[in-house]
Amino acid sequence: MAKIHVTTTINGEPVEYLCEPNDTMLDALRGPLGLTGSKEGCSSGDCGACSITVDDQLICSCLMLAAEAEGHEIRTIEGMADGEKLHPLQQKFLEQAALQCGICTSGMLVASDALLRRNPNPSEEEVRFWLAGNLCRCTGYDKIVRAVLETAAEMRDGIKEAAQ
Amino acid sequence: MNLVTNNKWIGQRTIRPDGMDKVTGRAQFAADMTMPGQIWGKVLRSPHPHARIRSIDTSKAEKLPGVKAVVTSKDIVDFPIEKGAVMLGIQDMRWMCRNVMARDKALFPGHPVAAVAATTEAIAAEACSLIEVDYEVLPWTIEIEDAIKPDAPVLHEFNKWEGKPSNIMGRLEHKKGDIAEGFKKADVVIERTFTTRPVHQGYIEPHACVISVAPDGKTTIWSSSQGQFMVRAMTAYLTGIPQSDIRAIPAEIGGGFGGKTIVYLEPLATLLAKKSGRPVKMVMTREEVMRATGPTSGSRSTVKIGATKDGRITAAHGTFYLQAGALPGSPIRGAAGCSFTPYDIPNLLSEGFDVCSNRSKVAAYRAPGAPIGAYAVECVMDEVAEALKMDPLDFRLKNGAKEGTKAAHGPTFPRIGYIETVEAAKASAHYAAPLGDGHGKPRGRGVASGFWFNAGGESSAQVNITEDGNVVVTTGHPDIGGSRAGIANICAELLGIDYKRVSVIIGDTQTIGFSNLTGGSRVLFASAMVVTQSTEKVIQTLRERAAKIWNIDPEAVKWDQGAAHPVSPNAGQFEPLTLKELADKAPTQGGPIGAGVQLNTTGADGGFGTHICDVEVDTELGIVRVIRYTAVQDVGRAIHPGYVEGQLQGGVAQGIGWALNEEYIYNKDGKVDNPGFLDYRMPVCSDLPMLDCIMVEVPNPKHPQGVKGVGEVPLVPVMAAVASAIYNALGIRFYSLPMSPPKVSAALDAGVKQAAE
Repeated sequence: MAKIHVTTTINGEPVEYLCEPNDTMLDALRGPLGLTGSKEGCSSGDCGACSITVDDQLICSCLMLAAEAEGHEIRTIEGMADGEKLHPLQQKFLEQAALQCGICTSGMLVASDALLRRNPNPSEEEVRFWLAGNLCRCTGYDKIVRAVLETAAEMRDGIKEAAQ
Repeated sequence: MNLVTNNKWIGQRTIRPDGMDKVTGRAQFAADMTMPGQIWGKVLRSPHPHARIRSIDTSKAEKLPGVKAVVTSKDIVDFPIEKGAVMLGIQDMRWMCRNVMARDKALFPGHPVAAVAATTEAIAAEACSLIEVDYEVLPWTIEIEDAIKPDAPVLHEFNKWEGKPSNIMGRLEHKKGDIAEGFKKADVVIERTFTTRPVHQGYIEPHACVISVAPDGKTTIWSSSQGQFMVRAMTAYLTGIPQSDIRAIPAEIGGGFGGKTIVYLEPLATLLAKKSGRPVKMVMTREEVMRATGPTSGSRSTVKIGATKDGRITAAHGTFYLQAGALPGSPIRGAAGCSFTPYDIPNLLSEGFDVCSNRSKVAAYRAPGAPIGAYAVECVMDEVAEALKMDPLDFRLKNGAKEGTKAAHGPTFPRIGYIETVEAAKASAHYAAPLGDGHGKPRGRGVASGFWFNAGGESSAQVNITEDGNVVVTTGHPDIGGSRAGIANICAELLGIDYKRVSVIIGDTQTIGFSNLTGGSRVLFASAMVVTQSTEKVIQTLRERAAKIWNIDPEAVKWDQGAAHPVSPNAGQFEPLTLKELADKAPTQGGPIGAGVQLNTTGADGGFGTHICDVEVDTELGIVRVIRYTAVQDVGRAIHPGYVEGQLQGGVAQGIGWALNEEYIYNKDGKVDNPGFLDYRMPVCSDLPMLDCIMVEVPNPKHPQGVKGVGEVPLVPVMAAVASAIYNALGIRFYSLPMSPPKVSAALDAGVKQAAE
């Protein structure tokens, strides 16, 4: 059984790996690539704990084959902070206690980031429907939704300030 | 004990010590660990709800290239039933050894019958399919009403009830006064019967472990659980390896809610690792989690409450039948013991029955049993209040337990905060607000209260001052919801230093003293006690060191704001010595500074909450939406308010799921038909509104910071609050959960049909 050779970009860095034809992207990330920040909660695309972006499109990495990454731009939770500088969403999640056990947090952050890139001014309802694919059993979502809304407002203010 | 008064850090929303790792993907959960040379373990599970295992032939599996070890029940230490109970906490090892691997009988679909370790997951799975099990398929029973019938298939033939083999494994009662006399005095008596379905704890992280057993027997377990010491003890019991040889390391835990207070995989992986000589990793699929772990009990409860015209409860009787699943041990203590406890009832009988049936063995779920009982009791309370034309909160105020009330399960209450929760609910903006216009969708409001025992028990802590004058606190309880943040606040408060100078870590079984489970809402309560006493010892050492340097009496040194200060008669004579300076001088002034304390903590007073729920019902589709929710709870003292609110909000969300959607659905073959997150419908973000919290703080007088457990109470009142809100909206009372769209639609259709006839 021959393995497939894949050349791709993960968090801005060129990456090569070998995978089985039936390996998922999540298998590749968590296995040979050692990027265990993406979590496996269901392997059926229902929990969102393995959320990543592929060419800025939010997906569940358990529903993508590892071989499909060829030539694409993948981003995971490990690429969200800029060195020591946290993404504003990461900082806000910490400040607002928007995580408890933390198993959903990677996926929540990746999904929230994808939302704010697409819609910098979401309503509460838009946040709730966008994050409906990311299960959290600990928080009741209250603090997560607030953290996303507040981060969005601060990022908009930051952009305004920068423009002035 | 010294009550902290200056409160620089207690009550602050500090950044949790483990937060950075969790927002950057660094945190290592159970399945994130790899050991050198590891191989993979898989479990073969029974397809039958009930079957005698005549024989197991593993020879074909063992011959498959890549297979390194196979284990069956023969490899697991047996605890013979006739030899009597061997208890570890509330778990009987006779049942645990039969739960991790079926012995003579498979008792539910998903019951492990063998396990394999192989070089890849695929080979391990293929090997499982090559194991030949000769089953004698037996009749089975799942639902309580079937399992308690006289002619029901009996799971455990040794068990007798009223002289005959039975699935009723035990009964518990709490009694006070004389209910017959009490009901005679009542003007209004209401009796109703309720059912609930099994619901799963629903943690997002499946059970997982990686285990190495060296040739000398030294065992390293990496797994996520609600207690590394429980993992060590159960694994030791079931494998025969002494506890001193097992180092159980607590991974970060991706949710537990009670479901990770027992082991499933660890004994199997340990035996596979021992046989194969290789580290073994096992990770459950979601389907395995749903079929073979948890859930909590399904139930059948009958509750009767009598009250006088002026609203005084004279008597109450509750009968709670709870599904234990394959092996005994359903949470009847929580159902029978908690459900009436918010009220001062002179005549009370509360009975629980533990019923076995062919589904997975029940595991603890957040205030085990209490939400099931409270659903029944609080709904009847609502009906009695309505019959008396009383506001439901006023009815509760009139009968509320307070200091001096004798609870049927034993204690006479000290100062408690139940009445305060009802008063705060009554005074809340939510209770005063109109329901608003649903634009054709009926709206309603419901209230309910709840109680949970809370627990103390064994905890250990070590507080060490580092050479550079900072602090490392080690405790022994897995942190699921932010307990490390609360511990950092407390230690920083006592030492008078910035909380960022306090590192809090969870030790493994061989590096910190015995600490009981993360469960019973006990972790911050108990941790705070041992951390406080350890820190006070450290402060005593620091005062002695300063006194020695200054050549004065230690009693003439006070510790304040992170430094030793001379007090009268030496006040002002010496410059204060800071923690950093004293740490720096430690090598020449007596050596390392640190202290550990191990306690069996007591004084964990029970917790009370009162909830308000508003719903809106789409009568076309039968969909109930919660549109506003307020949880009021006596939290004792909120050490970190953000994580206290988080407990309240998380409990409420689970309760809304239990009330409206979640249920195990069994098919005609006795198998779970919805073993995944798509069909087992937990609340998603768009299902819920913001969840408001009102934290009432009636400090626990038996605790140095006034802490009461907070984690479990918030699930207890929810289903009744939602049910009463739906009744308020529709005039239809649902006596069974979940109140899901098909059930609500059918009830609405029946109403329309009745009106037409």
